Amino acid sequence: MSPKTLYDKIWDAHVAHEADDGTCLLYIDRHLVHEVTSPQAFEGLRMTGRTVRRPDQTIAVPDHNVPTTLDRANAATMTEDSRVQVAALDTNAKEFGLHYYPVSDVRQGIVHIVGPEQGWTLPGMTVVCGDSHTATHGAFGSLAHGIGTSEVEHVLATQTLIQKKSKNMKVEITGKLPAGVTAKDITMTVIGETGTAGGTGYVIEYCGEAIRDLSMEGRMTVCNMAIEGGARAGLIAPDEKTYEYCMGRPHAPKGAQWEAALAWWKTLYSDDDAHWDKVITIKAEDIAPAVTWGTSPEDVLPITAKVPAASDFKGGKVDAAKRSIEYMGLTEGMALTDIEIDTVFIGSCTNGRIEDLRAAAAILKGKKIKEGMRAMIVPGSGLVRAQAEEEGLADIFKEAGFEWRLAGCSMCLAMNPDQLAPGERCAATSNRNFEGRQGRGGRTHLMSPAMAAAAAITGRLTDVREMM
Amino acid sequence: MNKFTTLSGIAAPLPLINIDTDMIIPKQFLKTIKRSGLGVNLFDEMRYDDDRNEIPDFVLNKPQYRDAQILVAGDNFGCGSSREHAPWAIADFGITCVIAPSYADIFYNNCFKNGILPIALPQEQVDVLMKDAEKGANARIEVDLEAQTITSSDGEVFSFEVDSFKKHCLMNGLDDIGLTMEKAASIDSFEASASQARPWV
Repeated sequence: MSPKTLYDKIWDAHVAHEADDGTCLLYIDRHLVHEVTSPQAFEGLRMTGRTVRRPDQTIAVPDHNVPTTLDRANAATMTEDSRVQVAALDTNAKEFGLHYYPVSDVRQGIVHIVGPEQGWTLPGMTVVCGDSHTATHGAFGSLAHGIGTSEVEHVLATQTLIQKKSKNMKVEITGKLPAGVTAKDITMTVIGETGTAGGTGYVIEYCGEAIRDLSMEGRMTVCNMAIEGGARAGLIAPDEKTYEYCMGRPHAPKGAQWEAALAWWKTLYSDDDAHWDKVITIKAEDIAPAVTWGTSPEDVLPITAKVPAASDFKGGKVDAAKRSIEYMGLTEGMALTDIEIDTVFIGSCTNGRIEDLRAAAAILKGKKIKEGMRAMIVPGSGLVRAQAEEEGLADIFKEAGFEWRLAGCSMCLAMNPDQLAPGERCAATSNRNFEGRQGRGGRTHLMSPAMAAAAAITGRLTDVREMM
Repeated sequence: MNKFTTLSGIAAPLPLINIDTDMIIPKQFLKTIKRSGLGVNLFDEMRYDDDRNEIPDFVLNKPQYRDAQILVAGDNFGCGSSREHAPWAIADFGITCVIAPSYADIFYNNCFKNGILPIALPQEQVDVLMKDAEKGANARIEVDLEAQTITSSDGEVFSFEVDSFKKHCLMNGLDDIGLTMEKAASIDSFEASASQARPWV
């Protein structure tokens, strides 16, 4: 048999039909649904008299619109259109009989945090969601990617997607990460290297010692931003850490089924002589705590660097950089550590898990945030929040001056009331720094939770290694 | 879905790389539960000031481009989120063809579900069409999906690639869910064998 990549193996196990031109129907194991990209899909089913083929494999949770303030049970905390959208999900989940975690459920949270937490995401699966950050689930060695609403409707109706196979890219991170450098810095550095279109047409497999050394949560952070590099999906081969993470979760297999699953999962790796269409190798020792300076996730630099000059770039990037520097209110050549911030957001499907909160708490313990700073921590799920409270992290955050919120997407995309005002500048642990992403005129610098915590204390972008 | 066969229209130039889905349709407009009506908010933050007045310099606000049916843009168009609201807004404005050197994957697929033809051409050819678009309303660009060609206002012809299945669906306005349902037997048999092979799923 010809050698295969991990992607090849998962793909081959899910092709339900292949046409002569290579167009495939890819069978979908898990379909995650949230309130923003699904109402039109359910409406489409109703209009055509179709139904959900596998409600037992369809998991719904509201996350994008939901307020994260403690009083959110009060309907007045939501705008009318947000309320309508969440209510539509509520109705659709019940009417079509989906697995559902409503706002009132302690398990509610960001869909990409809830899926793994509840054991829905398992190695070797195909996982889709009407959300680009579905890439997160690739950390389990599952083929996971975002889809549009028409495709959501297609999966609801048929449990398949019309797909052509992507190319294989290997991103190897060799050696050990230096102290103070995290999964977020890996994934940002990779995007800085490849650009936001570098992964277009590919599925990326992340490998190498530094990836193997990451916890499952760190691996989710890495895969989460595969989409920011343009890739259809990011993957990491499952190993003992993966199995340990999955074991005992509510929807993970048990007993003999667990043993059968494990036997298959252990075959899920790229064969030694598998073919790669593109290979990128980065030494872990060369990675530093990373921040973005511009309005594209590829605008990544080590915290020790300076804001670049637009003339440093080539082609269309010259004008783009000029526009970014102006939008961000920066001066070419200024030290990144001289950039003052007024807002800190720690959370999102990129960095809203318990280890992210622990990393932030380790920096914040016994410290106060800078006077006048607006800082919030938004846990990725109700269960993450409960665990952080149990571990005493919530007290550290509150004593430092952070707001301690309920679970949701929050200021990552500012669809709920958590937004930046024009000109406000935020150190954010989320995944996109686009113009207006966190609110019209708002300025976003992406970084790791530890870096965001350090910035909250000093009031400017800060090299967290100086505080360790 | 609306068919796409040929188009002769005004092209609006938007010479920026990495035009992301937040630019195309900002998040505050994602709260709709409909597919229609988003055209007025296409490129909202570039198109209107804080008081909702049109920004005259923005291309789609210029008189000669208000009826544009084609958009010529920079590399990596449509990067960012999976929101199909982006192609919904583009189509609702009246644009049914985008020309750029490259596209983000999800956006590219979403276009075909909404009667929009996204055409990828080499940078040099996009540069020619960008200049053409900058001439304004008198420079009509012609697109022929069957022949897979674009003709500039000066008569220069460029060929483009498109997946045969996507082309077929777009030219005939086909509902791909209906097409897939014709293969229900394949899905049934796959499902049966997969549930034997991987019963834990």
